[in-house]
Amino acid sequence: MRLKVDHVTRYVYDQPARSVVQSHRLCPSVFAGQKLVEWDVTVSGGQKGASFRDAAGDLVQGWTVAGPVSEVTVRVQGVVETDDLSGVLRGHRETVPPEAYLRATVPTRADTALHALAQPVEAEDTLALDHALSKAVADAIAYQPGVTHAHTTAAEALSLGVGVCQDHAHALIAVARVRGLPGRYVSGYLFSDASGAAHEAAHAWAEIYIAGLGWVGFDPANRCCPDARYIRLGSGFDAQDAAPIRGVARGGGQEDLDVTLAILDDAQTPTQRQNQ
Amino acid sequence: MLSRTADNLYWIARYMERADTVARLLEVGSRISLLPSAQGFRSEWDSLLQATGMAESFAKKYGDPVQRNIESFLFFDRDNPSSVASVITRARENGRIVRTALTSQVWDALNTAFQELKALERLPRSELELSRLTDWVTRHAAMVRGAIDATLLRDDGFNFLNLGYYLERGDSTARLIDVKYYVLLPRIDFVGSGLDNYQWSTLLRAMGAARAFHWAYGGDATAAKIAHFLILNTRSPRSLATCSAGVVNHLDRVAKEYGRETEAQVLAHALHAGIEGTTVEAIFDEGLHEYLSRYIAETAALARTIHASYFSGETR
Amino acid sequence: MYQGTSVRPPYARLEDWVAAMPQELRHLKQAEAEALFRRIGITFAVYGEGGDPDRLIPFDMFPRVFAAREWAKLEKGIKQRARALNAFLVDIYGRGEIIRAGRVPSRLIYQNEAYEKAVAGIVPAKGVYAHIVGVDIVRTGPEEFFVLEDNCRTPSGVSYMLESREIMMRMFPGLFRENRIEPVDGYSEKLRRTLESVAPKQCPGDPTVVILTPGHFNSAYYEHSLLADLMGVELVEGQDLFVEGAHVWMRTTEGPRRVDVIYRRLDDAYIDPLCFRRDSMLGIPGLMDVYRAGGVSICSAPGAGVADDKAVYCHVPEMIRFYLGEEPILQNVPTWQCGKADDLRYVLDQLPDLVVKEVHGSGGYGMLVGPKASREEVERFRAKIVEDPGNYIAQPTLALSSVPTFVEEGVAPRHVDLRPYCLVGETIELVPGGLTRVALTEGSLVVNSSQGGGVKDTWVLAE
Repeated sequence: MRLKVDHVTRYVYDQPARSVVQSHRLCPSVFAGQKLVEWDVTVSGGQKGASFRDAAGDLVQGWTVAGPVSEVTVRVQGVVETDDLSGVLRGHRETVPPEAYLRATVPTRADTALHALAQPVEAEDTLALDHALSKAVADAIAYQPGVTHAHTTAAEALSLGVGVCQDHAHALIAVARVRGLPGRYVSGYLFSDASGAAHEAAHAWAEIYIAGLGWVGFDPANRCCPDARYIRLGSGFDAQDAAPIRGVARGGGQEDLDVTLAILDDAQTPTQRQNQ
Repeated sequence: MLSRTADNLYWIARYMERADTVARLLEVGSRISLLPSAQGFRSEWDSLLQATGMAESFAKKYGDPVQRNIESFLFFDRDNPSSVASVITRARENGRIVRTALTSQVWDALNTAFQELKALERLPRSELELSRLTDWVTRHAAMVRGAIDATLLRDDGFNFLNLGYYLERGDSTARLIDVKYYVLLPRIDFVGSGLDNYQWSTLLRAMGAARAFHWAYGGDATAAKIAHFLILNTRSPRSLATCSAGVVNHLDRVAKEYGRETEAQVLAHALHAGIEGTTVEAIFDEGLHEYLSRYIAETAALARTIHASYFSGETR
Repeated sequence: MYQGTSVRPPYARLEDWVAAMPQELRHLKQAEAEALFRRIGITFAVYGEGGDPDRLIPFDMFPRVFAAREWAKLEKGIKQRARALNAFLVDIYGRGEIIRAGRVPSRLIYQNEAYEKAVAGIVPAKGVYAHIVGVDIVRTGPEEFFVLEDNCRTPSGVSYMLESREIMMRMFPGLFRENRIEPVDGYSEKLRRTLESVAPKQCPGDPTVVILTPGHFNSAYYEHSLLADLMGVELVEGQDLFVEGAHVWMRTTEGPRRVDVIYRRLDDAYIDPLCFRRDSMLGIPGLMDVYRAGGVSICSAPGAGVADDKAVYCHVPEMIRFYLGEEPILQNVPTWQCGKADDLRYVLDQLPDLVVKEVHGSGGYGMLVGPKASREEVERFRAKIVEDPGNYIAQPTLALSSVPTFVEEGVAPRHVDLRPYCLVGETIELVPGGLTRVALTEGSLVVNSSQGGGVKDTWVLAE
């Protein structure tokens, strides 16, 4: 597919901020399933800072905005060609050892209930096991926005029985680890067709490491593996660690956030528009 | 230098000078209260608290302005941010933070004042005469100032310390004169009376300037002469003219060292020119209290500008 | 000090000194030393203990003495260790050869809390992660030393090495005339050169070095300000630094000034709220991005802590063999990891003879000194170990050497340890001295200042 992205994040401060510092992971990953046609990130009033590709393969770009400033707009525009690799992250260059992702963080720590969810799942090989774990998570946590929040843990979401893609991903990472498999959080974009089958355009899913195959994506929220509708941006231990935009404003008081995102199929009309 | 370091140095100076002022206030108050007045003993203390803007917080905690309570409030009370104990503690803490910008002599002077303060606080109050306390403060303030003058490198840090001293001192001189003129003497028919003169000379004594005044002017101490001495005379160490000249001098030295001027220099020169260009007659025409209030407000504005130019860290 | 009945040679000259000091004079000198310590403001605050924030660590005037030969061996051993630890850090954040070779278990490193994924793939300037390595050492016999632990992050206490010497020289100048004692005051100069030598490649001209402190409430603030003063560099807090563009700047009265090397006395978790703890008010947002792109050097480098983990400690001799192809000069104390079934069985069997420590504990808390503990205490500790074996390691009690120390009645032997400070940059340097901590209670083996330990001046005699 040829996907066109227009993603605008607007930060509004109720008092002018003296300065704003951001760290972005807003550039699509480089691997066999994605090819960048064009890509551009702008920050209103911003100065480009440090830039490097980290050991997990993500392109990190720092930005600073000198104040006083009451509003900062981050705009991502670009076109990506995608292929369906059934979730396999083929040709992705990274050097962080998969074992590093066996470490639990607060949102991905497995409690007794997550252990109980993970243990009985049976499958003939690791790939099948991962699919089964993903299904178990999808069955246990129904998609329902507005109940969980940014800091909800996997354990909390499971006990609530509802959540959004972030909660699904955290839970899948937790159950994978229970079974001794490294899991990580992936942030990205999702194109959804007119049928409304997909839930969120700014999306997140999980990857599990399978020896011999490498990292493979699983999206419990949509009960599938990432395909040509998905654009992968970056990864981390959990949602916070993999966040596409991290930022701090000095001064600035209360911060309001406004996001608009459109993922288009080539040159057609926007099929998804979302406001937060 | 680091903006935060400059800010800390500036405040060390302001705190030490403030301790000195509070001690002088205590002295003025106790001397004036020794003379019976029409309003009785208490009101002088009350006036004094009002002039320094501390009356409300005092009343809330202590009620009536009894001398002993006032001593506690102005000297020992850590709830009062302007008490001697509070400002000396903060001056020493600031010193500890910027140890690297001080000589060991300056640190020693600050630390010794603090350690002795802690010893004083442990003594029974009955053993502490007011005069002993006020002497103690002026002695330590002088020791710190002396150590700064004698041992510190003449760099930007030295200039920021002196800015603190001169700004605080100008402000406190203005407030001390205001105590006398505006609060202690509300009735115009007192002017020129024996009580009036007694209060003026008490004020001079509190500023440690009685003898200097007589050397400089001779004859009777009149309001006009004293106003001239405390506001316009550049030989008087506490006059507004001397203080604003000091501020101008040290700001100019900073500008020269950094190779650029800021809004602070412009404001300081304007303030200083205003004092140099005026006369006692013009001040009395405007009204002494009005003149002093304007000076205090302009000094505060200058302090804010200095902060924005050098201490805020937002300088480009 | 004692060898059989005679005094060990390095201490021989001090006998006359002690003999010539009657008790009253000694008390007078002791009071003078304390007054000096208090006056320079070198005090010690224990976190969370409350009490007097201006508390002094007890200072024992009796110096601890090393002969030149002994020190030469120590120096070689410590430098060897510092080299191996740094090679290890570069390796595990790179290809992980030592793990691939099966010499160190991967779980121990990659699942370690102190392993920072964020710095994987980074080789800091000159290949140095740990620029100041504090190695805690005990002596058990002539030229026989054991390493208790390594400190690769920001070992503290060096101010005591410097100030103890200052005070001793001031109070007993004669001693320094009569004995040929290697000076330690070159430390700050060497530290500055070390820090400058690891400036980023892209740094133009002379690098600007700063010390980053958590602030004046920190118990080691005096040390931070002393080192800044001795090196002639700014002592900054997080609020004094900011990121703009691809660099780190400090806020000065003349506008922003670029910073090239940050000697931070702040844990990894707090240095950048964008990368680590979001709630940190002490850090500099964006610092890690600048660091990772090579715009600034951070000493010690983020991630260095994984090398001084108590469980990783067991593998340091292996690191020395693997990276340097040498045999370790200094011994590790034999350590049993209670997480391993065989080790646990042995530990529970021999408990009254062992020292047991919590893996992540520090400061002498949560430990059992078997031979000194009552039967009841041993049993209570046994229950704790059985409940969570992985949380404990055990070591034999060593025949720690004791050195003469002033006590109320005169001079008596007390147990000591030693922390020298090895500087690693373009070169590896070790000043002849260190922090000697002494257990002032008779028979005690715990030297931590939070547990009633004191400090001494440490002498290395010239050849």
